[in-house]
Amino acid sequence: MMKQLSQRLLGPVTLVLLALTFWLGLWITPPDKIQGNLVRLLYVHPAVAWVALYVSFGTATIASALYLWKRTRSFVVDRIAYCAMEVSVVFIGLTLITGSIWGRPTWGVWWAWDARLTSTAILGVLALGYLALRRANDDPALRARRSAVFAILSAINVPIIHFSVQWWKTLHQGATVFTSTRTLLVHGSMAWTLLISFLGFTLLFFWLLRARYRLEVQRETMTSATLDEALASRRSEGAF
Amino acid sequence: MIRVALLVAAKDLRIELRSRVLLWQVVPFGVMALLLSGLALGPDHAGNSSAGPGLFYLVTLFVALLMINRSQAIEGTPGTKASIATLGLDPAGVFLGKSLALAVELWVTGLVLLGGAVLVLHTALHGALVALPSILVTLGAMSAAGTLYGAITAGGDGSATLLPVLTLPAFAPLLIAGERSFSSALHGGALWEWWVILAVALAAYLAVGILLYGVLEES
Repeated sequence: MMKQLSQRLLGPVTLVLLALTFWLGLWITPPDKIQGNLVRLLYVHPAVAWVALYVSFGTATIASALYLWKRTRSFVVDRIAYCAMEVSVVFIGLTLITGSIWGRPTWGVWWAWDARLTSTAILGVLALGYLALRRANDDPALRARRSAVFAILSAINVPIIHFSVQWWKTLHQGATVFTSTRTLLVHGSMAWTLLISFLGFTLLFFWLLRARYRLEVQRETMTSATLDEALASRRSEGAF
Repeated sequence: MIRVALLVAAKDLRIELRSRVLLWQVVPFGVMALLLSGLALGPDHAGNSSAGPGLFYLVTLFVALLMINRSQAIEGTPGTKASIATLGLDPAGVFLGKSLALAVELWVTGLVLLGGAVLVLHTALHGALVALPSILVTLGAMSAAGTLYGAITAGGDGSATLLPVLTLPAFAPLLIAGERSFSSALHGGALWEWWVILAVALAAYLAVGILLYGVLEES
């Protein structure tokens, strides 16, 4: 009962939080002292990046590790890894696009050869490679094993992205919400908008993941049903 | 595990020695790619460009892709995988052996290409010698990663085209660290931070390979 209710509420709550983010971000919060109205894009970009790098890629990696561990091996976790990676591609794309839109007026260029930007783009290509790898193998067990190993290998890139702003002198700014001593640097309506944005986009990921998972189950069912129908049809023709 | 690794490495290298694919196909391809890189820069810039380390690694990367494909093709002949499976070899040893063989092949080709870079791109010999240890570590990490990615793509639809798609982004950090350490050796600068990245990458790929290669080879 509770599970059904939470599943039904997931979509509407996500939409409300995202609408709230846009309303607060565009109309309620003040312009930044230095960035002016450009700061409004930052109510979207960090939240989208958070989902892309940590939530969705993290889900795909954990699900892949669970598949490789024999005690938890099942096609359910494999399917979750696949669907999370697909959603991750969308969010990595959005991260790069929103970052680029912000970068043009701030840095003067759409793209800079910066450690964080480059490593994020590499993660995007890795995620696309994961999807290509899924299509290259027909055997479900082989496909699941190979893509799980590939997802874990690709996840090595996530800490590189995270620490890139500390390890190298980058154009991309370092931590701007919290300091290294966990002191909050954003206050008032700006902080609330940012928090709601993070919550909204995180829930959006789970909503998309759930929808994509259901679609994948239906696709698999349809494929096997079509195969069964084709076999039955051939049998009725006396082929075998 | 070490015994199995040495056995597998010796087997792969023996096949390579007999077939001479490395000598007659891969090395000439690498040299040709290096010459073409010089042509792409133009005669005025090829000899005094700071792009030498980058071009060296770019060409090595293309050569590595050929070698990884080749290394997996050895196991791809009908019945080979089944025969190896019946031998009950430790998968970690197989991974280490294949990585070692690939590393030896890459080191040999790398040395030829380094000589080519000194001759054609006028890379300073002293700097190239200082960079040599970091080049060996980079190529070692590339062979460990390449063995893993080769096993991931082996036998699938379009595996020859899928391999670069999966491998190139994974090689990018190695390429950057390798190029930076090579440039630092040539022009002076901090070497240790690139060394750390290369050593961590090598250790990470070896660890993942030892742990997970068996999963890839499961039937």
